[in-house]
Amino acid sequence: MRVVVDLTRCEGYGQCAFLAPEVFAMRRSEALMYELHPADSERTRVLRAAAACPVQALVVDQVHTLGRPAKAAPLKPANGKRPVEVGRIVIVGASLAGLRAAATLRREGYAGSLTLISAEPYEPYDRPPLSKQVLTGQVAADDTALPRRAEFEAEWLLGQAATGLDLAARQVHLADGRKVDFDRLLIATGARARPWPNAAEAALDGVFVLRTNEDAARLRERLTARPGRVLIIGAGFTGSEIASVCRELGLDVTVTERGKAPLAGALGGTIGAIAADLQRDHGVDLRCGVTVEALEGDGDGRLRRARLSDGTTLDVDVAVAALGAERNVEWLEGSGLAAGVWGVACDAGCRAFDVNALVTDNVFVAGDVARFPHPVYEYQFLSLEHWGNAVTQAQVAAHNMISAESDRWPHVSLPVFWSAQFGTNIKSVGVPTFADEVVIAQGSVAERRFVAVYGNRGRITAAVAFDQAMWLDFYQAQIERAAPFPPGPGMVGRPDGLQVMPADVPQRISPAYGATVVLTGHNPDERRVTLQRRH
Amino acid sequence: MAEAGVYEQILDYANRADPYPLYAELRRTPVARQSDGSYVVSGYREIVALLHDPRVSSDVRNIPEIAAEQEAGTALPSSFIRLDPPEHDRIRSMMMRHFGPPHSPGRVDDLEPRMLRIVTDLIDGFAGRTRVDIVEDFAYPLPVTVICELLGVPREDEPRFHRWSQAIIETIDPTTGTVAERERRNMEVRTELGTYMKELVDAHRRRPGDDLLSAIVTDPAVDLRLEELLSAAATLLVAGHETTVNLVTNGLLTLLRNPRVLDRLRHEPDLVIGTVEELLRFEPPVQLLSLRRSALADIDIAGTTIPKGAIISLALAAGSRDPARFPDPDRFDPDRQDNQHLGFGSGIHYCFGAPLARLETQLALGELARRLVNPRLAADPPPYRPNPGLRGPRHLYVEFDDVLPAQAIRASPTG
Ligand SMILES: Cc1cc2nc3c(=O)[nH]c(=O)nc-3n(C[C@H](O)[C@H](O)[C@H](O)COP(=O)(O)OP(=O)(O)OC[C@H]3O[C@@H](n4cnc5c(N)ncnc54)[C@H](O)[C@@H]3O)c2cc1C
Repeated sequence: MRVVVDLTRCEGYGQCAFLAPEVFAMRRSEALMYELHPADSERTRVLRAAAACPVQALVVDQVHTLGRPAKAAPLKPANGKRPVEVGRIVIVGASLAGLRAAATLRREGYAGSLTLISAEPYEPYDRPPLSKQVLTGQVAADDTALPRRAEFEAEWLLGQAATGLDLAARQVHLADGRKVDFDRLLIATGARARPWPNAAEAALDGVFVLRTNEDAARLRERLTARPGRVLIIGAGFTGSEIASVCRELGLDVTVTERGKAPLAGALGGTIGAIAADLQRDHGVDLRCGVTVEALEGDGDGRLRRARLSDGTTLDVDVAVAALGAERNVEWLEGSGLAAGVWGVACDAGCRAFDVNALVTDNVFVAGDVARFPHPVYEYQFLSLEHWGNAVTQAQVAAHNMISAESDRWPHVSLPVFWSAQFGTNIKSVGVPTFADEVVIAQGSVAERRFVAVYGNRGRITAAVAFDQAMWLDFYQAQIERAAPFPPGPGMVGRPDGLQVMPADVPQRISPAYGATVVLTGHNPDERRVTLQRRH
Repeated sequence: MAEAGVYEQILDYANRADPYPLYAELRRTPVARQSDGSYVVSGYREIVALLHDPRVSSDVRNIPEIAAEQEAGTALPSSFIRLDPPEHDRIRSMMMRHFGPPHSPGRVDDLEPRMLRIVTDLIDGFAGRTRVDIVEDFAYPLPVTVICELLGVPREDEPRFHRWSQAIIETIDPTTGTVAERERRNMEVRTELGTYMKELVDAHRRRPGDDLLSAIVTDPAVDLRLEELLSAAATLLVAGHETTVNLVTNGLLTLLRNPRVLDRLRHEPDLVIGTVEELLRFEPPVQLLSLRRSALADIDIAGTTIPKGAIISLALAAGSRDPARFPDPDRFDPDRQDNQHLGFGSGIHYCFGAPLARLETQLALGELARRLVNPRLAADPPPYRPNPGLRGPRHLYVEFDDVLPAQAIRASPTG
């Protein structure tokens, strides 16, 4: 059986770890590490755990109580409305967003043809464990396949990259020359790891990135060989999680971060400083405001040293470039969609914009590749790389693909994500970078159990919890109703003397910065936009 | 005031057997001010919101009548269920160290064979009879034996703590007196229970066993004052056998009213898992958290403002039948999906012993379903205990034709 835990929902009640302790394990108070492919002998225990979860966050592939796979369609449309007639739906990118969209289409009663195309040759698998359970060795890299709630009818073209999109002919072009027709298309091609910029250095044996199960398998293998010092370049979530695993494995690790603190890009410098303490408490050699100037190899092309901007040279066998992600949009070049380094822009209903910023009616976008306006954040376009966003956006996109205009939903759920590092569960709701100030509203920074609440011009815009996930629902509601910041007195667990601090959010450069747009034509019927290719 | 009337009717013993139509009436005003100035909350979303709202305190010292009594008295301090963070979090996590994850994840799971043995022995004891009182003969002794063994409480002391425990339960029944009176009685009993617990803890210190109390008192990493430990242990003892008894009894009662589910349980062993969750929604042992929480600030909810200082009662059982959250809420459906019931509460005070109660009840109902031949209720509805908050039958007489022997080899999860 296959299991995945929606850790966006998880509040750390620990019921699963009680009832199936071989499968689910808690670190400290709420960081959950679990197996995605438990042994058949654990079946009853896993079913108990899934049933007991107070927030129903466990997704188990649906197996009938007698052990037969559950029958798929016909399932009832969620809202009782019949889906509109759509002949063929094609989904490009069969990972989290693609899979959830496909499942939603079938659940809502879509009965037409459904094709999933994916560059990777694997059935859809889960990525968050790759920087956690997989690197520690608890779970094998090729064993993180996502459960399928029910076997749904679909054609799977795995190991097939889409290379082009012909909007006029409504065709997706594949690497092998095939053309796949569609009436509605979902773009869910996600992102890939940004490589180390120097290609020769990136090619050294010992230099890694982490995005796919193959990346994770390679890195895990190298970590098992007990290398000397490991260098992590970039202290975002992925880099910090890898550093955490290295310490857990007893490896020496240096983390370099260009900014002033780990996670500062996502949580601001003030809370980032707490993350810095967390790393140092666990024995990480953390160097902020420091970049790696060069990676040096020996005659055999093996990584040996790193030269840092602080003037030091480190002997390292392994370096992981954790520099963030690049969106997989190349295949859309020239398609006429507003696709660029920022992703594929779409409206709140997940419909893609074309280059003229006109909304298309048959092309939808979801997951890491999407860029969408969020009303709560001044209608700014957000690009999120969050598991929970891929799930909810995929569901909204799928629903809208088969719904009449008047039944469409906006994707307006607040961004939520989690990260497990150094035994601590860090969860966030809202957009912490959309803030100027922050307070510790509950708990204790010294104990690393607290809720930080972010404010922007007197309104609560985000909350981040370190091992205090149970309170976040409250702050989510506060953000949704634009409650005043700082939160008022009269709260349990409130530290003495509430201190409003600057959130210290780094200057953001819009991801669309540098998009070169050329306008042509004069009359309204001929005005058109062209995107210039970046060099 | 109409709403106040409804809540009073719910508390009225005459409605104990079926409070659900009254809950539906109550839910029409999901947050209802009562004539005494307290608020009763019965809508699902509102209850969940308040259980996650840091402006809602569980610290009973915020209730002036209780604070006054506590200041005057010398009983044990409040146990962690009547405290807020940070004290609550510290005590609860210390008590958790030897009970569950992260430090002792296998403790409850390891008890499964022992629980099954107890269940089997109790049903074996039905042999030769065709009528039993499920409460006295099964649903009470089961959790009592389990909690005693777990805590390291001698089973022969049962009559003593049974009395205390009944007395404590009575003090949280809002129909048995004013808040102050009930707190006074509660403190008296807690004092006696505390003395008993102290002797027990001393004994475990001298001669530790493999029980929870011994593990706690011999663990240098446990950072608890003695009174905190005594109070927490007393709570676990009381809670551990005053609630599961009702879950098991309500469970069999509901199954006998739904014979098709009972029949399916005989052939589909895993069905009991969803059945117990549905019971926790449909006939939960904890129906009301009455007059226990208070507002630390004005709280805007469901179109009303609960003012700072107001006392709040949460009608959990009403919330779990809210049609705005659960389709067809009055239907007992063991296959129900997305069953986020309020049977164990929610938020930081989520029932400490939930895993224990779940496992016990799953084993109990599964075995009863398989082993009793043609079981039927002798009376429906059965007679109920007085308490509206911890609600359950006083007796549940069940007749049957025969008792099948326990299966020699059971499909255990490790198989
Ligand atoms: C190591 C790691 C740890 C993470 N941890 C967390 C976490 O703790 N919490 C959290 O909230 N999020 C986490 N995330 C983020 C989360 O995994 C992503 O948000 C999620 O995977 C996005 O799903 P997606 O389907 O949009 O895109 P992806 O998962 O990126 O999938 C896109 C798919 O499309 C395929 N594809 C790309 N181009 C083409 C093409 N031209 N033709 C066909 N197929 C194509 C790709 O091969 C891939 O299979 C983590 C991510 C990584 C990599």
